[in-house]
Amino acid sequence: MIPDVRTYLRPARMPHILCPGCGHGIVLGALLRAFHRLRLNPDQIALVAGIGCSSRLVGYVDVCTLHTTHGRALAFATGLKLARPELTVVVLTGDGDGLGIGGNHLIHAARRNIDLTCILFNNAVYGMTGGQLAPTTPQEGVASTAPYGNIEPPFDSCKLMMGAGATFVARGLAYEPLALEEMIARGLVHRGFSFIEVITDCPEYYGRYNQLGKGPEMLMSQKRRTMDIMEILATKRFVVRDRPEVRAWNLPYRLGILHEEERPEFSQVCWQMVAGREMV
Amino acid sequence: MGRVRLVRGNVACARAAIAAGCRFYAGYPITPSSEIAEEMAALLPKVGGVFVQMEDEIASLAACIGASIGGLLAMTATSGPGFSLMQEHLGFAALAEIPCVVVDVMRLGPSTGLPTAPSQGDVYQARWGTHGDRPSIVLAPASVREVYDLTIRAFQLSERFRTPVILLYDEVVGHMMEPMELPSLEGMGPVRRANPVDLPKDYLPYAADEDGVPPLVSFGSGVRYHITGLIHDESGFPTQDPAKVSSLLRRLHEKISRNLHEIVSVEPFLLEDAEVAVFAYGIVARAAREAVQEARARGMRVGLLRSSVLWPFPEDAVREVARTVRAIVVAEMNLGQMVYEVERAAGGRAEVVGCFQVDGRPISPETILDAVSTLCAHPSPSGKSKGGRLKEGN
Ligand code: SF4
Repeated sequence: MIPDVRTYLRPARMPHILCPGCGHGIVLGALLRAFHRLRLNPDQIALVAGIGCSSRLVGYVDVCTLHTTHGRALAFATGLKLARPELTVVVLTGDGDGLGIGGNHLIHAARRNIDLTCILFNNAVYGMTGGQLAPTTPQEGVASTAPYGNIEPPFDSCKLMMGAGATFVARGLAYEPLALEEMIARGLVHRGFSFIEVITDCPEYYGRYNQLGKGPEMLMSQKRRTMDIMEILATKRFVVRDRPEVRAWNLPYRLGILHEEERPEFSQVCWQMVAGREMV
Repeated sequence: MGRVRLVRGNVACARAAIAAGCRFYAGYPITPSSEIAEEMAALLPKVGGVFVQMEDEIASLAACIGASIGGLLAMTATSGPGFSLMQEHLGFAALAEIPCVVVDVMRLGPSTGLPTAPSQGDVYQARWGTHGDRPSIVLAPASVREVYDLTIRAFQLSERFRTPVILLYDEVVGHMMEPMELPSLEGMGPVRRANPVDLPKDYLPYAADEDGVPPLVSFGSGVRYHITGLIHDESGFPTQDPAKVSSLLRRLHEKISRNLHEIVSVEPFLLEDAEVAVFAYGIVARAAREAVQEARARGMRVGLLRSSVLWPFPEDAVREVARTVRAIVVAEMNLGQMVYEVERAAGGRAEVVGCFQVDGRPISPETILDAVSTLCAHPSPSGKSKGGRLKEGN
């Protein structure tokens, strides 16, 4: 049975600021169901976010919530987790927030293998500021600062995270909320740095600029290009208009849990070092 | 109590932080502050605290703020270039009212500048470096002993007013060794900020008490609330209501401006009968003191006003001095920063003259003596300058 996630929300904060058809709410729903499934005590959850549409979600969730600066949520979360290792600390970040301005913190959080669950909302664009080019915008995709189509190659954030040492790496779709919930729950249980990229949609800007339709069409497009979420390769073409003249997207983006390993967790190692010493 | 030994300024800072209850340090190496990080890395694990070297200064202050929200007293230390990178988070800590201590061991800038040379070039950066209006508490020790005392003071003020406090001293103060008795850290263990007790059911995290400071509750202690860098109301959630926006920003200012007596600290020296006063802070104040003594020996009526708190600026004290002296010499290792504040506070009651040096060396007593002698020898005819263009005295 699907639980009523409203118990995790702050009803007084409604209505929320997301645009109609935005994929972010689906991702938040999956996160809240994962909290519920793991029976986490809301007092012991901290939700930390940076700046952007996805980061604004934390304000609606009735846990300890920290809305920080652009790109730096992981650094704040690192301090908080070290101070309070018993907390479940979840970081919500966007593709611009986490991979653009905050890329340095992302790779170092992964390298340290600190027990944070980082959910990166990839909508291929800067939504909150009005649809500018992101480090994840597909080549030839149109953005307000790429009016003739993007000429830069986009990031594959999961590959980046595996290279940097994240011990749990997954990619899910807003289209597949139940699979996403499963992934997030496993990420939350994993002791170490868990990175989950979620392909979500910004119909307001990216959809509109690239004639990709509204929310439902964009979601269906995710599905069309994804045959089996846990196994099969998917291209990121869903975010670009299906134009025959557009160069074939040959960058395959894999979905599912892509990597899982055990490695000493940073906050634990840190406190173990403390435990063995005293002032003499 | 420990025995008297030679202690380096940066080491005194770290030891004092531990004594003050600091149990979290996040930092990034930079000359001439790195000894603070090294000392903290060695000491913190022994007292139940955490040291972490972050990927940059931006992350360092962010981690400190995060740890402070988790209930640990936190500090970071840096120098000019890193301090520039911390400015956004100083603004965050000021707005979200998260206590933390930031040490800036000043070196000569701008840019990479002279990394191993002293300077007092960050006076305005410490005050106005972050965007937006925010109050600022900046302490400026002049000796190793005072680095120790003011580091402890920085933590007290930071907790008292729920605001970041900056400890600002230059490379000489950071690196010089002076004899002092370092209090022992023996037996010290974990420390956490106490949570307020008996919070009302309708607790509002940003509702301040009479003196403008709301109580701080650590994350994870059973109270769920929201912290944001957006302008917020008493509930902690964002607002654009003009009355609430203004009331938050004014409260942030007033919690400092209404409690100046708890913060401002000046040290007058031989000012009673002085006709010329020197205003100085940090290491320069020590050269100034020597210059004043030498001037006195030569029969000149010269005194010194030293401030160990740069911001809030000791406006009343400077105004008082300006009433009684003919001229004030502001000696600083920059091309004129505090001098503008002194001039403003003097309000034309006394001539204000700068004695500036930016060659990578500390100002010598002779340089200040020269500036003072010129004024004593050639008093301006009216005895007062009516706010004309600032002159450099040497
Ligand atoms: S701008 Fe885009 S990402 Fe932001 S809320 Fe609207 S649809 Fe969602």
